[in-house]
Amino acid sequence: MTFIVERAGIGSSLQDRGRPGSGHLGVGPSGAFDRDALRQVNALLGNAPGDAAVETYGDLTLLAGAPHVIAVTGGVGTVTIDGRSVPHGRAVPIAAGQRLAIGLATTGMRVYLGVSGGFAARAELGSLSSDTLSGLGPPPLAVGQSVMTGAGRAIPALDDIPPLIRTGGVDVDVVLGPRDDWFTDESVRRLLDTAWTLSAASDRIGLRLDGPALERSVVVELPSEPVVRGGIQVTPAGQPVVFGPDHPVTGGYPVIAVVVDSHTDRLAQVRPGDSVRLHRRT
Amino acid sequence: MNILPCGDRAVLIECDTLHEAQTWFAALREHAEVVLGARTVLVRGDLRASRELIDRTDPSASPVDTGHVVEISVTYDGADLAEVADLTGLTADGVVEAHTGTAWTVAFGGFAPGFAYLVGGDPRLHVPRRSSPRTRVPAGSVGLAGEFSGVYPRESPGGWQLIGRTTLRMWDVDREPPALLVAGTTVRFVAR
Repeated sequence: MTFIVERAGIGSSLQDRGRPGSGHLGVGPSGAFDRDALRQVNALLGNAPGDAAVETYGDLTLLAGAPHVIAVTGGVGTVTIDGRSVPHGRAVPIAAGQRLAIGLATTGMRVYLGVSGGFAARAELGSLSSDTLSGLGPPPLAVGQSVMTGAGRAIPALDDIPPLIRTGGVDVDVVLGPRDDWFTDESVRRLLDTAWTLSAASDRIGLRLDGPALERSVVVELPSEPVVRGGIQVTPAGQPVVFGPDHPVTGGYPVIAVVVDSHTDRLAQVRPGDSVRLHRRT
Repeated sequence: MNILPCGDRAVLIECDTLHEAQTWFAALREHAEVVLGARTVLVRGDLRASRELIDRTDPSASPVDTGHVVEISVTYDGADLAEVADLTGLTADGVVEAHTGTAWTVAFGGFAPGFAYLVGGDPRLHVPRRSSPRTRVPAGSVGLAGEFSGVYPRESPGGWQLIGRTTLRMWDVDREPPALLVAGTTVRFVAR
């Protein structure tokens, strides 16, 4: 049960629920950036919630080596099987020898392709997520590669998962700290008042936010300390960087605030140039 | 000791010294998901449960040293060896003697799988990170930054001052544990 990769796409990797709980080994959580989209695609296919899917920006073509049932969630773009349009968020069959093509997302950023039975690969530390920082897990999808799948499951009768309709940016809640007191009061206000712009220099390790520089009131070097997904580290130049799933386990710059865990998934679907607004949750 | 907020799923215990943080880490690691930093311990989980756990924990009750010793053979020809000599006022040979002359201890991991922050070395070797990080540091590079020494487990960007290299594998996913250096291990560097 396989697919052959004919076009590898952009940023295409296998992602499951990652490697939580290995921080003491220096291993970050990794896993799907948009965990809701991963859960949805697996639910449509009758899979376990954490089965592996392909996370991609699109431009991906796979040749089915066997009959499968697939579904696509997350970012929305053109998806076809042998040129025929595939609806977003619905389980659909693909026959052996047919080509599945996923275009670039035009709404949202990251597309999740699931298959009944889940994708299969060699797990490392209990997960087959590709961690782009540490190199754990299988490498990103490459042209000519066979991607294995598990045994197909019974497909549940479910309504379609509606496509993302949000465009033009997101709002997320943050908890100030642990190092908000290392910044001027004005800079903490600026963090919360600014419509930040997502920089194109963003990836699964961190999302860089463009806007006014944030200034430190404490300028000594921070002893390295543990960081979390959603932590907003501020570079020496004053630029906020929100940690994604492949973040390092410890960081050397102060974290001014942390995006609440359930809102970090929204950040997976922000497009470069779109706005990110941060709201304080106490 | 302070407890600082770290989002809605974790708190950060802030200590005065690395040793105090190590004792908290040792006391909590059986009871919660914890990650150690240089002065801090991250405790993951429900916020109220974490605070209650911290309240009823005596950090002085657990030993931090595992008693395990690892020897690391190093070729001291790093790109920053001359700069480290300048910064420390030592000769290049003096840097090597200082680095091999005292035992180091693994304080905590982080930065990358298998990367260990080593402490307890010769205090003359305290040097700042490079002002501009390298985009590519080869695997096995041995570096210095602040009070720490460390070995890059794989090629990555990095801002530490590089003094040498080793061929030892710091991270091997088929080994248990995969990290050669875990918290509490004693490390001796040997010049070759």
